Amino acid sequence: MKHARSAILVPLAVILLGFALGAAVLVATGRSPVDMFYAMLQSVSGKNLRAGTFNPRYIGEFIVQSMPIMLTGLSVGFAFRTGLFNIGAEGQLMVGSIAAVAVGLWVQAPPVVHVVLVLAAAMLAGGIWGAIPGFLKARFNVHEVVVTIMLNYVALYLNNWAIVDIFKSVDRIKTEVIPETALLKSAALAGMTNGSRLNWGFVPVLLSILVYWFVIEKTTFGFSLRAVGFNKDGARFAGMKVNRNIVSSMIIAGAFAGLAGAVITVGTFSFGRALPAAEGYGFDGIAVALVGGNAAIGVLLSGLLFGMLKAAQPLMQSQGIPKEIASIIQASIVLFIAMKYGIEYLMRKLRFHKPAGAPEEVEP
Amino acid sequence: MAYVIEMLDITKSFPGVRANDGVTVQVEQGTIHALLGENGAGKSTLMSILFGLYQPDSGIIKVRGKAVRIANPNTANALGIGMVHQHFKLVHNFTVTENIILGLEPRAGLVIDRKGAARRVRELSDLYGLKVDPEARIEDISVGMQQRVEILKMLYRDAEILIFDEPTAVLTPQEIHELMGIMRRLVKEGKTILLITHKLKEIKAAADACTVLRRGRLIGTVPVAETSEQRMAEMMVGREVSFHVEKGDSRPGKVLLQVDRLNVRNPKGLLGVKDLSLEVRAGEILGICGIDGNGQTELVQAITGLAAVESGRILLDGEDIAGRSIKDRAQRGVGHIPEDRHKHGLILDFRLDENFVVHAYDREPFSRLGVLDFGRIRAHAERLIQEFDVRCGQGGATPARAMSGGNQQKAIVAREIDRSPEVLVVAQPTRGLDVGAIEYIHKRIVAERDKGKAILLVSMELDEILDVSDRIAVIYGGEIVGVVDAAATDENELGLMMAGCRTPAGREH
Repeated sequence: MKHARSAILVPLAVILLGFALGAAVLVATGRSPVDMFYAMLQSVSGKNLRAGTFNPRYIGEFIVQSMPIMLTGLSVGFAFRTGLFNIGAEGQLMVGSIAAVAVGLWVQAPPVVHVVLVLAAAMLAGGIWGAIPGFLKARFNVHEVVVTIMLNYVALYLNNWAIVDIFKSVDRIKTEVIPETALLKSAALAGMTNGSRLNWGFVPVLLSILVYWFVIEKTTFGFSLRAVGFNKDGARFAGMKVNRNIVSSMIIAGAFAGLAGAVITVGTFSFGRALPAAEGYGFDGIAVALVGGNAAIGVLLSGLLFGMLKAAQPLMQSQGIPKEIASIIQASIVLFIAMKYGIEYLMRKLRFHKPAGAPEEVEP
Repeated sequence: MAYVIEMLDITKSFPGVRANDGVTVQVEQGTIHALLGENGAGKSTLMSILFGLYQPDSGIIKVRGKAVRIANPNTANALGIGMVHQHFKLVHNFTVTENIILGLEPRAGLVIDRKGAARRVRELSDLYGLKVDPEARIEDISVGMQQRVEILKMLYRDAEILIFDEPTAVLTPQEIHELMGIMRRLVKEGKTILLITHKLKEIKAAADACTVLRRGRLIGTVPVAETSEQRMAEMMVGREVSFHVEKGDSRPGKVLLQVDRLNVRNPKGLLGVKDLSLEVRAGEILGICGIDGNGQTELVQAITGLAAVESGRILLDGEDIAGRSIKDRAQRGVGHIPEDRHKHGLILDFRLDENFVVHAYDREPFSRLGVLDFGRIRAHAERLIQEFDVRCGQGGATPARAMSGGNQQKAIVAREIDRSPEVLVVAQPTRGLDVGAIEYIHKRIVAERDKGKAILLVSMELDEILDVSDRIAVIYGGEIVGVVDAAATDENELGLMMAGCRTPAGREH
């Protein structure tokens, strides 16, 4: 279908443009863009093409970088499908992380059960954090962007306070190590990838992507969410509960982000951390959702793309390329996605000229 | 006689569609020339070409005998061609004068010469009898006045050839009448008017010549004075059409919908509906007629649940539904063909099959245990598309946005009738539709009446009210000023009542 084709072609063009711009910046500053592409290739495949060496640790780290931003991508995407702009994935992630530390440290349970409890608690906490802007929007029509941005700061300082005063961090930076039973860590996975931080986190991530797809595309709940996202008045006309959908959508969006917090805290790390500033997972999530077109499979793929950009940074630096180039590429991809219509227009002009269906219906 | 505009053998294709196929239109200086055709016949494309919005694939355009290439609207303006768009392009918190001079502000020294501009606007307004106040803010004046501002904008830019794109779609009968007068005045002063429309009555009332298009092709140009409305309609549709709604006598049964001392506030917080009572019986169509903004919207929204009821009762088959949710009312049998089909009627970004189930998606057979059954949803769509002759390129998978206005409305009518409610509330069902679609929709509404449903029809079109209704209630200032028998009344009587006069003595029903 035409629509499906442009849904794939445009992001591809956008990504190419982003990389082209990054390469151009490198050339302009007198460095070789080839080195950058080697670094990126190495971060994905583990292979150093120049030296001919292979280190699977890079693959592991690449996946570790991709996991949380896929989840925050799902969070942003889910809210967006209901017409809401969730800037608060960062904060929802942090309260998820706090909940994960709490259940990890204070609850005792057998191995698998404990991890599941940790993940569930993180999702619940993230969901509650998402419910606040959802409720304020539904009840008082307060704009969710404002509320979620402010709640991001609240969550950051709540986290830092909790690490020091609730979890009694000795060094005021991190908590004591969470017991093994509550961790997603796997010696086998780490061993396979030469001691990377790869962990079982990819299981809940993949499940989340599946759930996202099923709920949005296949269920009556997803149907009404999409209806509200496209046309609030039309949805209300049809008898749908618009306000309830807004709250539900934000709760679920928050739960995805909360899960990301747990995956980081008990997967990538094994302790809670006080943070000087937000780590940007929420904003990465916005980029992931935008490039992925708010679709499940799109979030998976763009999550891998941005994960790669993050994972390649240390490698780029080691080859004398400023790691900020990766940020430039990421930012320009987001910028180009925002110029989507212009790019569609250009592609139509440049011989991609395929029938785009009947002319637009001129208003009678 | 000299032609001021000649569009010769114009062809314009869009991917998959030939919007204009060898169309020739020649317009004489100082006349009103109508361009008639159904939605999608190519009228708007042709005028967009003349106004420089599109380039023709082939064909010649001559203005005052000279072949020209109109690359963009600026060229058109330079040639003295101006367009009044259907959707006005005005800045709402600017004054009339400010809107008119926008883009070519006259200067007195370093500042804008507002006084001079206002004087010029007033002169133009007086010359053509437009009665526009140059100092009024757009947001404070009526839609009809806003249209006149658009006309003034063109006159201010010395346009000699004025294109009106469906100018009456947004006007009340009174305003339409006045607009016709203004157009005649403009022509008398030497302007030439191109009128895009599908309303035959207006052509008959105002135009000198009429060019008919059908599916992108030229059917012919006829002198209006010598051609009957019937003939023009046939040219437009390509077959015989009946203006009169064929219907037998109504056989009213029990009262299905009763509105009792209803009060509803409008968005401004004032009472839009005041102490209003009415009843609609099974097997009858009650028409609500009135000038736009007299409480029709509030009444309809209160009945269907979109607006909250201040006080009063709404009885559906004897049971008060005033406090019930929209969904509950829909399930109990209140169907609603809404006034605004884009805002309420459809989710434009949904596919057609999804739009057909927006009420029932969460029940069997379209879903089970919260999971949608797309097989059934598609089959349902195929059935409705067949039964109601909804034309759409890709069947149920067609995005609602890609459908024509007439077919969007057919889809809504199909859905609401198919839900088979006891009471059908129909608001402005044929606004902006062409003759063929209007005929069809009227037929379906009457058929539903004959099946024993109670139908409340709200329309700004007097003809529609007179033709389709069995009884007519006239609404004025949120109150029903009288109820009359459709067969025993006429436009004059209704017109008086619409202006607020109570039912003439002895005519109370």
